[in-house]
Amino acid sequence: MENVAEEQKSLREIKTRGEFLERFLKLSLGFWALFAGFLFPILAGLILLYEARLAIEKFGFIHFLTHTNWDPVQEDFGAATMVFGTVISTILSMLIAAPVAIGIAIFITELSPKWFKPIVSTAVELLAAIPSIIYGLWGFFILVPVMATKVEPWLQDKLGDVPLIGKLFQGTPTGVDVLTTSLVLSIMIIPFMASVVRDAFNMVPPIMKESAYGLGATKWEVIRHVVIPYTASGIAGGLILSAGRALGETMAVTFLAGNNPQIPTSLLDSFTTITVALANQFTEADTDIYLSALYYVGLLLYLVSFAMLGIAKFMVLRLEKRWKV
Amino acid sequence: MSRKTRRKLFSNFMLFLSFLTAVYGIFWLFWILGCLFVNGFKYLRPELIYLDPTPPGEEGGGLRPAFVGHFIITSLATIIGVPIGIMAGVYFAEYGRNSKFFMTIRQITDIMVSTPSILMGAVVYAMLVKPVGHFNGFSGAVALALLMLPVIAITTDEMLKLVPKEMREAAYALGAYKWQVIKDVVMRAAKVGILTGVILSVARIAGETAPLLFTSFNNNVLTFDLRDPMASLTVTVFNYVMGPYNYWHQQAWAAAFILTMGVLLLSILAKVLLHRNLLEPLFYIVRSITGKKGG
Repeated sequence: MENVAEEQKSLREIKTRGEFLERFLKLSLGFWALFAGFLFPILAGLILLYEARLAIEKFGFIHFLTHTNWDPVQEDFGAATMVFGTVISTILSMLIAAPVAIGIAIFITELSPKWFKPIVSTAVELLAAIPSIIYGLWGFFILVPVMATKVEPWLQDKLGDVPLIGKLFQGTPTGVDVLTTSLVLSIMIIPFMASVVRDAFNMVPPIMKESAYGLGATKWEVIRHVVIPYTASGIAGGLILSAGRALGETMAVTFLAGNNPQIPTSLLDSFTTITVALANQFTEADTDIYLSALYYVGLLLYLVSFAMLGIAKFMVLRLEKRWKV
Repeated sequence: MSRKTRRKLFSNFMLFLSFLTAVYGIFWLFWILGCLFVNGFKYLRPELIYLDPTPPGEEGGGLRPAFVGHFIITSLATIIGVPIGIMAGVYFAEYGRNSKFFMTIRQITDIMVSTPSILMGAVVYAMLVKPVGHFNGFSGAVALALLMLPVIAITTDEMLKLVPKEMREAAYALGAYKWQVIKDVVMRAAKVGILTGVILSVARIAGETAPLLFTSFNNNVLTFDLRDPMASLTVTVFNYVMGPYNYWHQQAWAAAFILTMGVLLLSILAKVLLHRNLLEPLFYIVRSITGKKGG
């Protein structure tokens, strides 16, 4: 009898120990999950906001956004040049990257022979794995001279006299400019875009495509009228997602933009972006208001990229949900 | 030309264009890697690893502090970031699956994967550099760990999702606790996948420069003290490329070459782990040469 009682007791002990571990594990895991997706983003935002408070008080929002003067000596700061630079380089790189990324996705999902698929997708993935400083190094030493001596003079020669477009190719070709930066940025974001678009294409049920083939559609007609319309929100999500990435790209842009606080009027002008300003000036900021102004642009970047990535996420999720049902 | 052939021709033309885009992507990859190989090999010297940098302007010297510092910062970041990331990922997969709140949090974590890395540097600067008063290696490791955390959390979640529900149910049916199921069934089944995620995120942070610019900063002297500024390969490359000396540029190429090879090897390793069949063609060739069937 005693034995049985003891056994029951030890069993109960094991049970309480197990339950304790169970609770403990759930709480500690839950805390870190909460940290990763809730506390950390909010904390980061609050720190940026706190550090930027001086500049926010002094320059306000609209004035800071529209003012083009960035003068650490006079302590007069306006972020218009950087914000414009970030926006224009992102848009241009998207314009170059989007058709290529969609083309690559079409090639991988619809066209490539089976043995060639892993080669293309590995190559594209490696392109994403190369650190951004390598893009900067390569762009600075290799691409910039090529752009300055060959591509840009040629572009000026061919397009310089065309009305309207010609305006975009004014100025001395130096290679360190909007065009080169956008080109390198576009190469960097092609992999992200291509992989989202490819995943979206893979989600189209084969039966949809087969019914179009059954009606006698050509391969391109199936892609154009079945695959693309049904994955439109995924494609848009992929585009915005990579735009969000391009916004925050730092090292490559720092080498190629020229760090010149001006609003570029031609594709061959040097310029600056938010990330370039942060990378170049953060360690030089000697006054509180200077550092605070830098944190202010950082905060703007944080909010904008967070919002863009959030929208992208939402659009991709909507596509996934549609096919799950 | 009939309408049918015209449509066919147009279709083939568009498909040819998509083929060209693939070529375009591969072209850049080869150009970049080709330049890196050629210049990297040309300037690669053994002294690069075991000599300290010379004073600016004086030829020679190496990047020993950068290699050591890079290793220390990356390892420390991995030690901090990996356990936290895995814990968060396990919660998302095993507990949060039915909670709308935690699913939203998971999506936000996914967004954090893509936030600009330079902002992590700025945030950590305010937390760990400004109060101390000087740059230090520890803050660099924290910045990288924060970058790594969401990546690992998301990949862990994705990998655990692939473990069939039946395996968990079988363990529950035997009376196992949830923590036992997680530890002995789910984690065991997904360990290769989680390892892949860890390797990929190490590859990612090993190539990061921006968060280190104003956290661990740079140092010309070899140091093991985490309270001191610490050199890293990426920041050194950045400074050397921007610098005026030719031999700096050469050393930057060599360091960039080593860095990229390391990062790419890690990425390829991860890919091989995940898709073991990637090596299948190679095995096939080996088998056909040796004449052995099966295996």
